[in-house]
Amino acid sequence: MSILITKDTTFIIQGITGREAVNMSRECLDYGSKIVGGVTPGRGGRDIYGIPVYDTVRAITATTRVDGSVVAVPPAFTRDAVLEALDAGVKIVVIVTERIPRFEVAQMVEYAQMKGARIIGPNCLGILSPGEAKMGGLGGRAVDARKAFTKGPVGVMSRSGGMTTEMCNTLTAAGLGQSTAVSIGGDAVIGSTYADLMPLYEADAETRAIVIYCEPGGRMEAELANYVVEKKSRLPIVAFMAGRFMDEMPGMRFGHAGTIVEGKADTTADKIARLQKAGISVAERIEDIPGLVKQRLAA
Amino acid sequence: MRFYEYESKQLFGRYGIPLPTGSKVAHSAAEAEAVAKEINGPAVLKSQVLTGGRMKAGGVLFADTPGQAAEAATKILALTINGHAPRGVLVEGRAPVKQEYYIGVTWDGFARKPVMICSDMGGIDIEEVAETHPEHIAKRHFSTLLPFSDYMAKELIAQLAIGGAELNQLSRIAAALARVFIAHGLTLAEINPLARLEDGRFVCLDGHVDMEDDARDSQKAILKALGIAPEEKRQARPPTQFEIDGAAVDAADHRGVAGNVVEFDGDLGLVIGAGGGSLTLFDAIRKHGGRPANYCEIGGNPSVTKACELTKLILRKPGVKKIAVMMNVVSNTRVDIVARGVIKGVIESGHKPADKIAIFRIPGSWETEGFKILQHYGVEYCDRTVSMYEAAGRAVAKMQDA
Repeated sequence: MSILITKDTTFIIQGITGREAVNMSRECLDYGSKIVGGVTPGRGGRDIYGIPVYDTVRAITATTRVDGSVVAVPPAFTRDAVLEALDAGVKIVVIVTERIPRFEVAQMVEYAQMKGARIIGPNCLGILSPGEAKMGGLGGRAVDARKAFTKGPVGVMSRSGGMTTEMCNTLTAAGLGQSTAVSIGGDAVIGSTYADLMPLYEADAETRAIVIYCEPGGRMEAELANYVVEKKSRLPIVAFMAGRFMDEMPGMRFGHAGTIVEGKADTTADKIARLQKAGISVAERIEDIPGLVKQRLAA
Repeated sequence: MRFYEYESKQLFGRYGIPLPTGSKVAHSAAEAEAVAKEINGPAVLKSQVLTGGRMKAGGVLFADTPGQAAEAATKILALTINGHAPRGVLVEGRAPVKQEYYIGVTWDGFARKPVMICSDMGGIDIEEVAETHPEHIAKRHFSTLLPFSDYMAKELIAQLAIGGAELNQLSRIAAALARVFIAHGLTLAEINPLARLEDGRFVCLDGHVDMEDDARDSQKAILKALGIAPEEKRQARPPTQFEIDGAAVDAADHRGVAGNVVEFDGDLGLVIGAGGGSLTLFDAIRKHGGRPANYCEIGGNPSVTKACELTKLILRKPGVKKIAVMMNVVSNTRVDIVARGVIKGVIESGHKPADKIAIFRIPGSWETEGFKILQHYGVEYCDRTVSMYEAAGRAVAKMQDA
């Protein structure tokens, strides 16, 4: 099994006629994803690789089942696009757009909660369930995605889109496939955190371990550590911690918008201590991850 | 982006938050003297720097007469604090304080909502109060979708068992602060201390505002009104010329990003992928004992021109002996385009790619095409079977004979 998406998941792409979105459509189709439509206001009636383009989300949901949407519109229009999707009943919204002010992100997240929907991102590459479907740019072209991602027992979550692929590639090379990989986004406020997604992996019988990518800034790792202890999670977790050099440079922003050390609780040193205290293994190098996962699975 | 105290107060003033009398920035002794005359009573003069520890460093002085204010201003304007020269000196009326409070609005990353915090123990580190005197702290989240309503502030203040006229005055200030926070894309709006004076009035003695970088586009009007220029980034330290030039390379071409260039004093120039890959690689270089000359992200499918210009910029920096071009397995960035751009940059800088590029490790999209180009120029490259850590090690090893 997988979480969030399977080969039967239907989704649309908002902003489908944009340059990057056109590429993404091709990649997702080639990977076997079911894209049932695209939306670009004023471009209704066209098609992108056979995917019909509409002016509104409602025009698609009126006749077709739409499980999810990938939102790839410029930052100034993202909030509107997401609210449109949520109002039309879409339950999984993947926001790939970067540089959205966190107040607007919080508004989208609050509205999604009211609607019983889930947001992944913003500033993320989406979701990939190996052998099932990919929703977003994760893994790039289908031929490349098939090299890096294979089906198996490891759930992967990452604040860095690129490192999602790197970690999955390393797991694949070591014979450890993935159930679902989620690029959750690198911003300070995001739709779904590690702790938010944990219950989905817990409920997925195929997932037997979790691998996460961490960096300084924010409280997401602390939240996960609390979750693991409080809920007595069945899943062993291996974390990779990047950005150790940043502990010496508080207040500087590197990598992602959320990667800025603001307080004493969000340095890598503090995070590593918290994760380890909760029983999470912390890898120093990417290539150490598969060994730690195997160790934890054997224990 | 952090605001100076005087900017924070000017912003607060626009929302009706009461400030001390005077409350103007002076840039000379004469200006300070004039403000002190207006105040017509005891004054406090505070250095305007974006760093803590002003009081200890002698950046806060008191004056009873306009003449003393001029003297104090002269001293403060000449004083550098933690390497920061003052932007000016804030001159304000000084009145006896009966009690200090704290009111702040910030983000709660767990709840993904703004949170308002109030305490009747102001003037000290609020995190310390939260640890040692939790009963003196009240917190309340509020919605980002519904309009902010005044009762939310009132409930917050009432949690601290404050009533009467004090409740109403404090609620008004807290509500105003929440509105400042919402209207201006802030990550922090804080009044600490908020003072109740002997005569019962409340004034904001010190204020702290942080604006989110991604909100700056929508906040141009207020930034202009407060005299904050678009190029003022206000990171933890001021940008170097190299860093400013890096931002110019990024701005010149909309395709991809060549962003977040930060200068160090090593000999290995880094052209590394954006986001998490860059943090991972920077760590790896240091772990191997390498000395990075810079931190420089490139990604989001940059053009040949962008990769080329960025490479030239890095090679121009004195002390750079070689560059390492490395990323994680890429999804949408094209390997061949980065290879082409970097090689062009090296050649246009008058060097041989095989000498100057210590290692090229970008696996993924269009890698076969990219590797062909690198092979043609004799550049050492590796594919995804070589880890990021190992690639960084190879680059550092090459620096021995550079």
